[in-house]
Amino acid sequence: MAESVAATPTDAELVAGCRKGDPEAWNALVERFARYVSAIATQAFRLPAPDAEDVFQDVFARVYERLDTLRSDEAIRPWIGQLTRNCCLDLLRSSNRVVLVAEPDEQLADEVIARLDEALDVRDGLASLGPECRDILDRFFCRDESYRTISGELQIPAGTIASRISRCLGQLRSELEGRNHPTSSSSE
Amino acid sequence: MTAYNEERLGELLRMLPPAPAGWVTAAQELPFARIQLDALVERAEADAAFRASVVDDLELALRAAGVEPKPAIVDHLRKRLAR
Repeated sequence: MAESVAATPTDAELVAGCRKGDPEAWNALVERFARYVSAIATQAFRLPAPDAEDVFQDVFARVYERLDTLRSDEAIRPWIGQLTRNCCLDLLRSSNRVVLVAEPDEQLADEVIARLDEALDVRDGLASLGPECRDILDRFFCRDESYRTISGELQIPAGTIASRISRCLGQLRSELEGRNHPTSSSSE
Repeated sequence: MTAYNEERLGELLRMLPPAPAGWVTAAQELPFARIQLDALVERAEADAAFRASVVDDLELALRAAGVEPKPAIVDHLRKRLAR
């Protein structure tokens, strides 16, 4: 089941929809940040899957319950990042943890989170590409699918996949560099 | 300005693999059932007989609590009771 990364509502629009109780907005918001939350838990804090899942559910439960406390709808992303960070630290420091691990290295975790933030920027850039590029880049890099699998799934010759990936990366690069060199005022 | 080459873009894209589908589905569904689930688990923790009946038939227990027993919710309840 592929997630949609198509041009969809902004973060703020999704938050506004969630505040109104729109379940579709909630579903989309979870989908949009699922990778980010999961990656913070598993990569920045190296939690094993069961703990990462607990954090994942806890974060989204807190987001749902505390959405009204978010001062700016545009701030949902850093807020979710901070909530996830705090949930991971709470779990690692909880006294009833069976497996005692070393004190979490917050500095290292924050460095990973900074890279994940950048990765999320790049992922946001995918939304500006056509569906074919979004799909092939997601399959190859994010889902780690082989050329053979991609060829079979997308019904395209395996011999053309490398060049398609390269072309799509070029488009993504142009998109991201265009954002870094705005010709008009940025929305950020 | 951030400079991107193909290798760096690939590295960054690889950092965000999909979260497990079951996690996503549960996160989408759980908030709407959380109050009832919390009450169910709290009662099960305080009453061994009730806990046994819930464990015996999770779906029935959820229905009795007014929660539609979707797979993600049943799975979540099972995990919480197993802790």
